Amino acid sequence: MSFEPVLLRRRGKPNSQALETYRADGGYTALKNALAMEPLKVIEAVQKSGLRGRGGAGFSTGLKWTFLPKDVQGPIYLCINGDESEPGTFNNRVLLEDDPHQVLEGIVISGYATKSTTAYLYLRYEYGDCYRTCEKAIQEMYANNLLGKNILGSEYSLDIFLHRGACAYICGEETGLIESLEGKRAWPRIKPPFPAIEGAFRRPTVVNNIETMACVTQILDRGPEWFQSIGIPSEHAKDPGSYGPKLYCISGHVNEPGLVELPLGVTARELIDNHAGGVWKGRQAKAVVPGGISMGFLSADELDTKLDFAGPGKVGCLGLGTAAVIVIDDQTSMVDVLYNTCRFFAHESCGQCTPCREGTAWSAKILARIRAGQGTLKDLDTLTDISNSIGIMPGTTICGLADGAAWPIKNALKKFRPEFEEYITSGRRSQSFEVAGSH
Amino acid sequence: MSGLTEVAKQKIRDLFPCYPSKQAVTLPALHIAQEEARCVTRQAVHEIAEMLELSSAQIHDTLSFYGFFKDEKHPLGDNRIWVCRSLACMLRGGDELLAEVCERLHVVPGQTTADGKATIELAECLGACDGAPCILVNDKLQLRMTADAVVSLAEGRA
Repeated sequence: MSFEPVLLRRRGKPNSQALETYRADGGYTALKNALAMEPLKVIEAVQKSGLRGRGGAGFSTGLKWTFLPKDVQGPIYLCINGDESEPGTFNNRVLLEDDPHQVLEGIVISGYATKSTTAYLYLRYEYGDCYRTCEKAIQEMYANNLLGKNILGSEYSLDIFLHRGACAYICGEETGLIESLEGKRAWPRIKPPFPAIEGAFRRPTVVNNIETMACVTQILDRGPEWFQSIGIPSEHAKDPGSYGPKLYCISGHVNEPGLVELPLGVTARELIDNHAGGVWKGRQAKAVVPGGISMGFLSADELDTKLDFAGPGKVGCLGLGTAAVIVIDDQTSMVDVLYNTCRFFAHESCGQCTPCREGTAWSAKILARIRAGQGTLKDLDTLTDISNSIGIMPGTTICGLADGAAWPIKNALKKFRPEFEEYITSGRRSQSFEVAGSH
Repeated sequence: MSGLTEVAKQKIRDLFPCYPSKQAVTLPALHIAQEEARCVTRQAVHEIAEMLELSSAQIHDTLSFYGFFKDEKHPLGDNRIWVCRSLACMLRGGDELLAEVCERLHVVPGQTTADGKATIELAECLGACDGAPCILVNDKLQLRMTADAVVSLAEGRA
């Protein structure tokens, strides 16, 4: 059964970024629909749709909005997390480069629903083209009464400000983002209080992802029932289900890397074979990252795992994450892959919590030693110990990004342990490059 | 070393109405300073602190958290080129690309070429994994890169 893209419908069309193009394709009717409803009814519609946040944690978007206190006096802030930095992930970049109005319309709708007075779109510095398309789109919105005072003649007013990051992965953590927005080092905060109670500038705040905003637009355009008709229904009372279309990023050793939109629940194998031209050079997949490297690895015999919110967890991965799939072929050393992964987290650990700062640094050092042919089998136990001791699950760190640093180590040593043992006992050395001064 | 120009100061002041606190203008102000001078001078830090009604140490604390900002002893070249080394790029030759570019330009990551035209940096995931190996030239992504293409960009020939 073929699926017609919705979120990516305008991608690659001429002048797809322009307000004129967007409006000609029915754009901003969702906002009109929303403004005709009570804010609470908009929240109910989003809750009813089953939309779960697309940034990685998969928390119910509508439910998050209900955590804001009632009858707030003074400002409420809406922060949009465009600090997309999880290795393998580029869906938000494509959305903002090609179709900024779909996202910005969702921001205004979400602002209206949450009674936010100001929205900040926190954009990673690397996305300069996104910055420029958004800047232009926001100007068009102000000129057409889609932003500013009394939007489309309603009582509702909102400003959106763009805020550029400075190349730090930690700013994707919602309270790290808030600290960064406030002008401080991006050290995540201890929760509670959660941002809904005390967030940006110590005011009630909602933090949502870019793709989530595009989904909000489509839900208010097509209705929650439409959204619920796509994806994988709830499997038991405690499972909120995996509804709606999802943007899957595919990269690594495939013939056709790229971004595809599919109903939640496609398998890794279908993605690789039917949507990415198969594994390159006629090879087989050895391992597949299911949702950004912090989610861990699927082994070759786990490729029929459904990539919905529940699927990756059933085979020991951390979760769906950002649905960024990285394919690793059978000629690649998992020692090199894990070294690259650990080095990433060592570089990006914000340094606030000792277990994460030291654990990520030491895991990278140990893997560098193994790659230099000087590893011992005991090193594998040390790596496992580190992976079991950093994160909010063992209760040693302030933010969950440490769990994401631990997970690829756990999965690699559980699913590929014989390869690590063979590498060490055979005295092999890495064939891959390391530039002097680059560690 | 010189401080901010009046143009830069005005750009910073223009941002005050966007935020409920002046401190929130720290990161935008640092970007404005570095874009203007290719580094953030000590004098610029003092001037930003004064404008935002903070101590210089607070500005420096934020500045030094992000490896992005350069001090006056290490100003950026005319162009800053980041070569991605994270997993999706590594799998398609990112490490080899970085090694060859550094060798041909006689730099290690973080250094500027002798002619001052380019600073070469290593990057963690740039968010263009569909075009691996990728680079970032200032704030513009370039996909599916070769060493020849990167060297041309660094030498100002492309």
